[in-house]
Amino acid sequence: MTFFNDPRVRAVVYQGLLVAALGALLLGGVYNAYVNMQARGIPTGFGFWSQVAGFNINLHLIPYSAVSTYGQAFWVGLINTLLVAAIGIPLATLLGFAVGVARLSPNWLLSRSARIYTDVLRNTPLLLQLLFWYNAVLKALPGPRQSIALGGAVFLNNRGLYLPAPIPQAGAPWFVASMIAAVVLALLYRRRARIVQALTGAQSPSGRVALALVVGLPALAVVATDAPFDFEVATLSGFNLKGGVQVIPELAALVFGLVTFTAAFIAEIVRAGVQAVSRGQVEAAAALGLHRGLANRLVVVPQAMRLIVPPLTSQYLNLVKNSSLAVFVGYPDLVQIFAGTVLNQTQAAVQVMAITMGVYLALSLAVAAALNAYNARYALKER
Amino acid sequence: MSDAIAFVRERSEPLDPPPTLAGGAIAWARANLFSSFGSTLTTVAFIALALWLVPPLVRWATIDAVWAAPDGALCRQNQDGACWAFVAAKMDYLRYGSYPIAERWRVDAAEALGAALIVWLLWPTAPKRGWAALLFFVAYPFAAFVLLRGSPRFGLPMVDTILWGGVLVTLLTALVAIVFSLPLGVLLALGRRSRLPVVRLASVLFIEVMRGVPFITVLFMTNTMLPLFVPEAWTPDRLIRPLIGMALFSAAYMAEEVRGGLQLLPRGQYEGAMALGLNYPRMMGLVILPQALTMVIPGIVNNFVGLFMDTTLVSVVGVTDFLEAMNNAFKDPAWSGPTIMATGYVFAGLFYFAFCWGMARYSTHVERRLAAGRGR
Repeated sequence: MTFFNDPRVRAVVYQGLLVAALGALLLGGVYNAYVNMQARGIPTGFGFWSQVAGFNINLHLIPYSAVSTYGQAFWVGLINTLLVAAIGIPLATLLGFAVGVARLSPNWLLSRSARIYTDVLRNTPLLLQLLFWYNAVLKALPGPRQSIALGGAVFLNNRGLYLPAPIPQAGAPWFVASMIAAVVLALLYRRRARIVQALTGAQSPSGRVALALVVGLPALAVVATDAPFDFEVATLSGFNLKGGVQVIPELAALVFGLVTFTAAFIAEIVRAGVQAVSRGQVEAAAALGLHRGLANRLVVVPQAMRLIVPPLTSQYLNLVKNSSLAVFVGYPDLVQIFAGTVLNQTQAAVQVMAITMGVYLALSLAVAAALNAYNARYALKER
Repeated sequence: MSDAIAFVRERSEPLDPPPTLAGGAIAWARANLFSSFGSTLTTVAFIALALWLVPPLVRWATIDAVWAAPDGALCRQNQDGACWAFVAAKMDYLRYGSYPIAERWRVDAAEALGAALIVWLLWPTAPKRGWAALLFFVAYPFAAFVLLRGSPRFGLPMVDTILWGGVLVTLLTALVAIVFSLPLGVLLALGRRSRLPVVRLASVLFIEVMRGVPFITVLFMTNTMLPLFVPEAWTPDRLIRPLIGMALFSAAYMAEEVRGGLQLLPRGQYEGAMALGLNYPRMMGLVILPQALTMVIPGIVNNFVGLFMDTTLVSVVGVTDFLEAMNNAFKDPAWSGPTIMATGYVFAGLFYFAFCWGMARYSTHVERRLAAGRGR
């Protein structure tokens, strides 16, 4: 009995038992899966990857047609998922910060409205919101002939959102180059300003200079090269709008729903982060003679950002994961194409699910690694 | 000495009147609505916006709405108002799905029993809450299952799960999520903090995989892969499969909440328990977990709010939850019209909002009570 009271012996026995149980579960599962898959004629390898898919996808940023392979369908789905993330994350950040700041406003009406916004959106299911935007709002819009026109260039109807398409002209490279040059010059100026301030204490208007550069240089390029871009506006031809950039209603509804939903969570994170900065910090900044704008920029925001960034990145990840709700509105994302259509056609459930979950896991791990790097750089360093 | 005092005030000075603008509605408005030029501008803009938006919305929901109608014809004629008659007509379907009409009292009984137990469990000053927990987490799931599924021994006809639907399935999914995820989550959290590397690795792997993938893929996985991984004869019921997915998925999130509580607990509690000679199960069961779990009640409830909203996703594997029942109800040709869909979604929104907002309020309430105790 004393033998078993030795913690090392116990550790080995317990872990051995766990390994045995998990191993038995895994082996039994794999064996069953193999038998079942053989019996039902389900492929057990990845041979389906290069077979012809035979279905169409209504949104593909890389070449794809019904004769493409399942592998190409996977890439189309992955790129479409990343497309939603690429549009949704910046918009959700902007809206979320705006609502979060509104929530902190001294104006009662503004902060109350922001609070109602976050309460309502955080406490109703995202799926319900998506279905509402897609079925009850976008599908209920008028047809192409009665499109809602915004400023004569943007059209909204039940076939989607039509934006003007930029067509590069001779001056386009100059325009792009001037934008890059403006950013580089602004960064250089800021660097110099910091060095000057560190050496002499003299401050430079780096914010205004940067603004002047970023607005001024491209404007100069536009004037000098005589309109670097032509904008092709969608026009009505027959029963449909032609030309321009068409955003399919599925994408519009998905992005809109995800952005408004995620923004509500981001707003709460921003509010909590700013409120967590202790009042003493604000008072100390005031005592140093900093006015409110400077106190916010130099004292409050840097400290709040340290609290905001970690939960913010997990919201970004949530947005990517939630984009899998595309299945319900028929937007062809990774889950809809791969875990839906491809799985149904090939019946290769194990392989398809492993790949799909692997993609999301890889994204999560990559973001977690980036966050750890950020934390290591910006975490409070106790000396 | 006494001559040195030149002046002694015998009566107090009359009090100044209170400042007129320090309290009351006008002062409040000045401070909160018109404190600066920008604030005034915002206030005016918001009032204009409210005047423009709110009256039409209220009219849509009340005055212009169709409250009673035999079918959708009246709603199709009336485009400016909600069609509450649709919700009223479909209410039974939304609540029970296709559950046989003669047996629906069983659903009501199961729901009433569950509600009573939850009130007992959550009421802060209720007596014998330990019994409530035991009944709710152990006895109730069995009782509810027998009631809903049926049992010839008790004279209850069997009801196939394919007929279950609506609010019944939503509540059932939520119940499974909480009843199974909490114990499983506690185990995983303990495993993650275990000193045994294999236990820790297994827990971390499970938790991180579940938290790294979307819930939909977990549902797809349990729906398509589970039948492959068990012998043919054991293939789980089509309603059980998403429930397993729900339990596994929510357990991973619960585990992280519980881990937070375990980490908050000072080391002295562990050391004190060990000094008393308690072994691991007793130390955890009698000292650590009661404190850790109490601390994370708000987090668990908030987590549960998220899980409750995630129950809507089970419709992706063909289970008719409340939202899916609503979608099905739209397909009835007798009730089709542009206002009906909006009405249905607004009603569903109110349903979920009532539950989730109520739970969120409860969690803030508990948080305050706990904070009061800690502040002493």
